[in-house]
Amino acid sequence: MILAQLSSPPDPSFWREAFQTLSLRAGYNTTVVVLGTTLLGVAAGLVGSFLLLRKRSLVADALSHATLPGVALAFLIADAIGNGLSAKSLPVLLLGAAITGVLAVLTVQLIVRHTRLREDAAIGLTLSVYFGVGVVLLRAAPDYASTPASGLHHFIYGQTAGLLITDVYLMGAIATIAILAAAFLFKELALTCFNDDFARATGWPVSILDIALMALVVLVVVAGLQAVGLILVVALLIIPPAAARFWTERLARMVLASALIGGASGYAGSTLSALLPRQPTGAIIVLVAGALFIISMLAAPTRGVIPTLIRRARLRARFATDHLVEFLFDTASPASLSEVARDRAWSSLQSRIIATGARTAGLITGPRSALTLTDAGRARGRRVARNHALWSQYLVTYADLAPSHVDFSVDQVEHILSEELIAELEQALAKRGIKITSAQTSSGGDA
Amino acid sequence: MTSRTTPNPRTHAPLSERPEHSAEAPLSVHAMTVAYHRKPVLWDVDLDLPPQSLVAIVGPNGAGKSTLIKACLNLIPIAAGRVEFWGDTFEHNRSRVGYVPQRESVDWDFPVSALDVVAMGRYRRIGWFRPVTRKHKQAALRCLEEVGMGEYANRQISQLSGGQQQRVFLARALAQEAELYFMDEPFAGVDAATERAIVAILRRMREQGRTVVCVHHDIQTVPEYFDHAVLLNMRVVAAGPVAEVFNRENLQRTYGGRLTLLTEATEAVARAERGST
Amino acid sequence: MNTFLTLDLMPLLAAVLSALSCGLLGNFLVLRRLSLMGDAISHAVLPGIAAAFVITQSRSPVAMLIGAGVAALLTVLIVEIVKRLGKVEPGAAMGVTFSVLFALGVVMIERAARSVDLDADCVLYGQLETLASFGASGDAIQVPRQVITLIIVTLFALAFVGVLFKELRISAFDPGLSTSVGISAGLMHTLLMALVAAAAVASFEAVGSILVIAMLIAPAATARMLTDRLRPQIFVSLIAALIASVGGYFLAAHAESLGFKRSLDAAGMITVISGLLFAIAAVASPNHGVLARAIRRRALADRVILEDLLATIYRAHETGAPGAREEALRAALGTNRASAALSIATRRALITRRDAHIALTDIGSALAADLVRRHRLWETYLVDRAGVRPDHAHGPAEILEHARADNRAPIAPDLDATTDPHGRHIPSPHDN
Repeated sequence: MILAQLSSPPDPSFWREAFQTLSLRAGYNTTVVVLGTTLLGVAAGLVGSFLLLRKRSLVADALSHATLPGVALAFLIADAIGNGLSAKSLPVLLLGAAITGVLAVLTVQLIVRHTRLREDAAIGLTLSVYFGVGVVLLRAAPDYASTPASGLHHFIYGQTAGLLITDVYLMGAIATIAILAAAFLFKELALTCFNDDFARATGWPVSILDIALMALVVLVVVAGLQAVGLILVVALLIIPPAAARFWTERLARMVLASALIGGASGYAGSTLSALLPRQPTGAIIVLVAGALFIISMLAAPTRGVIPTLIRRARLRARFATDHLVEFLFDTASPASLSEVARDRAWSSLQSRIIATGARTAGLITGPRSALTLTDAGRARGRRVARNHALWSQYLVTYADLAPSHVDFSVDQVEHILSEELIAELEQALAKRGIKITSAQTSSGGDA
Repeated sequence: MTSRTTPNPRTHAPLSERPEHSAEAPLSVHAMTVAYHRKPVLWDVDLDLPPQSLVAIVGPNGAGKSTLIKACLNLIPIAAGRVEFWGDTFEHNRSRVGYVPQRESVDWDFPVSALDVVAMGRYRRIGWFRPVTRKHKQAALRCLEEVGMGEYANRQISQLSGGQQQRVFLARALAQEAELYFMDEPFAGVDAATERAIVAILRRMREQGRTVVCVHHDIQTVPEYFDHAVLLNMRVVAAGPVAEVFNRENLQRTYGGRLTLLTEATEAVARAERGST
Repeated sequence: MNTFLTLDLMPLLAAVLSALSCGLLGNFLVLRRLSLMGDAISHAVLPGIAAAFVITQSRSPVAMLIGAGVAALLTVLIVEIVKRLGKVEPGAAMGVTFSVLFALGVVMIERAARSVDLDADCVLYGQLETLASFGASGDAIQVPRQVITLIIVTLFALAFVGVLFKELRISAFDPGLSTSVGISAGLMHTLLMALVAAAAVASFEAVGSILVIAMLIAPAATARMLTDRLRPQIFVSLIAALIASVGGYFLAAHAESLGFKRSLDAAGMITVISGLLFAIAAVASPNHGVLARAIRRRALADRVILEDLLATIYRAHETGAPGAREEALRAALGTNRASAALSIATRRALITRRDAHIALTDIGSALAADLVRRHRLWETYLVDRAGVRPDHAHGPAEILEHARADNRAPIAPDLDATTDPHGRHIPSPHDN
């Protein structure tokens, strides 16, 4: 949609309209549609979180594609029955969608259980074949029904333009049910996702909880069919939780963030789509969600790529400063920067940056040819030397158990190992004749 | 699911006050045969565990140690035989039985804190639909403190070392307040300090009258850590007090040479059962 | 000129070529558990095609191929980035990537549709039927460029698999080993993905993205049910692709003669047929089919009950009785099973009825002696060697006595014992 605007600069009325829609003042119908889609986004975000953590995201893809034959069949059957039953009545079509969707999930499970195919092939196979059946039925439908089948293909890409208010109410109601159920089952689903064996051993009916989760997925998919379309509704289940994961390490917060991101995508997406009636709503909602995902992946402080890189760079800088200080502490006499650089195999540029950093932090003084430690630098040097010795001893004693996540040169022993263990290591060092200054004498220090 | 949202009242009383807490065997296994994916892995296991003891299950890889635990906990179906807890079924005694699965069995990148994991031990007690309240969180925190992990309560679990993760699992087991525990390799991949801490916790549990059954892979430490040993290799080679059964001859029979013919026949039966050639 | 040549030949050719090229490459996707990568790529080529339209303002096939190819490789790259840098679970990483790219493509196509004749729907269904008009114009058959592109891509795919067969096989089976012997698994992966992208793009316009996904997975999955080795698997998958495309096309095109009001969607029908082929293979495959396995299980159950029957009568003979009473047999084996076993045994002349007793014939007796021998040897083995308590040995021995090796020879312990743990005589192989 950004693309759509690039070629023709929007006139002022566009922005006025946009603001009205965003602030829910664009007329009753638009407002209801925007609210309904927002609710859908929230539901998808909630349910999708558990789906992601159970590592079943793509089963939902098979499910949503498989709703097409259900919609087409429900239309044909309702039309054949006639008798006051409108062939395009939304509840009927959604019921059909739910039935074939569930059938597809069962098909995937049957294939995985009874054949030698893996889950990926089972999902792809089910998805394409069910969808193929749907396409055949959909394109043949006009020939066999008295009701015009014109609106049916909107289920594929989603279209909010032709939504009836009652349809939105239905969508909102289904989404609300999904939200409430996910909220009530929060603890149970969390346990199942984290440790299903433990859940089973403590008496939770894991298979029933799994079925409940799939039922919630069906609800969300079915609710989203009209607005988002069946190809992209699965994106609403996958993208918000994946994006939310970058922001937090806590489940409750992640689920909340996911619901928020889903809701925001639905809200902004349907608003934009109201302004650009030619555009398929589903695609726009997904693009908004995608943009939020990219922002989260790059910038989220907890697990985002850029903050992680920055943290790593900072750590490496501290690491280098430690090495510089330790070298000067060990030699105990002024040393030239090039000497240190040779010892650590730093390039001259690297060594200058490191030295400047250490100088700014007040750890070293003197000209580059004869660097000396300040008092603070000596204190830091003592700490580093002790740390180094303890870690070496730890590696000697427990070589086979060294946990992979410990950065031995940087992490302070006190933060990782227990007091008793440190005492033990100190004793071992003393036995080998290596004296280390105890932690108390060191001061100041590490940035 | 016939959920028992109101837990067995007797589990709330301190262990010593519980009348049933007698010399009755917390676990007895009778002629149990287990087929894993239709391949028999345990033949005809008979076991009787004494109360208030630390029991090690030892045996070579593929001997069916974890399978024995999982079969007792009803996690995998039993082909033949039966398991009794205090002379009754597992279903009737579920709240008295705790479980510590293998550390590798979960995704440690899961977005939960150490405290959240420990609180999971109380979910059954909390019951369906109800949220985890402050009371339960405090109980969970006490369990974390008991294993020396109180200050790590709010750490995300991937930021813990292997030993610390194992302690979190142990704290979760404590939070279950069970009387009989099954632990799958609680000493796997932990440092020496944690190993000592775990042993101390296990001994404390025994003093409180609990029974702990551990799958254990380090034969050297069995006599030091445990009272009872079950030597397992597809069937029980020997079981009893460590002093009686833990001898060279039994160990040789457990570890020395798999019963190749038995294995071969077992696999042939399994293949035929599966229906593949 | 007949209607086949003018109307059917070109769309049929397009369908067959799409099916063959995708079906061929799909074998490696299914083996490497990358099936959904094909799914992701075929969704994600859409923005590439749309970008080509937007930039060139035409349906230039070269621009389209380049655009789609770039998009496909970008997909592979983005999935890797999201997976590695973002630490997102592989399935979700794929889901995020392809749905966003697809959404982008849909929006761009809507935008491009104003200047170029194309809409989002034909992305899914393709335009197989429209190819017919090419052949109909004029006397000489014109080959539409979609078909030409498909011919080139199919030849490329065949050459790729033909020349690099051994490299593809090893990198699919064991990427680590492959790289260590100098065949970069990463390079093979990239090449494979590039070709999948090319096949997807070439097929895209003609048959639509759903058929591409179906053809990447279904023929290979069908072949996997029928074969155990890679070469035959590829061969069978190509046949499956051929049957599905030809069969699906004709069923759709000539649906009228089957009682439908009009022809059906060809791409959809081909997908349906490929799904049916898989279903048939999954149920009826002689080795891995659900049915064959059920039959083998049934046969095993029959054999076991027959063997149990003979052994029971043999034990009755041992006590000196002239045979076993029918009611006793029914009680011991269960009524239904006993009746079935009795009729089989009678048919094979293993038993005879004497008065109220059922006795073994000579053949039956020999079989039964062998069986009882194995049972008692197993009991001895379990007690002596495996440390099972004597009163517990019967159960396992009941199972083990039926064990047969792959060459159908019975498996039994090679022991010299003449009596079992209960002191009963173990029949020698030469008794009777």
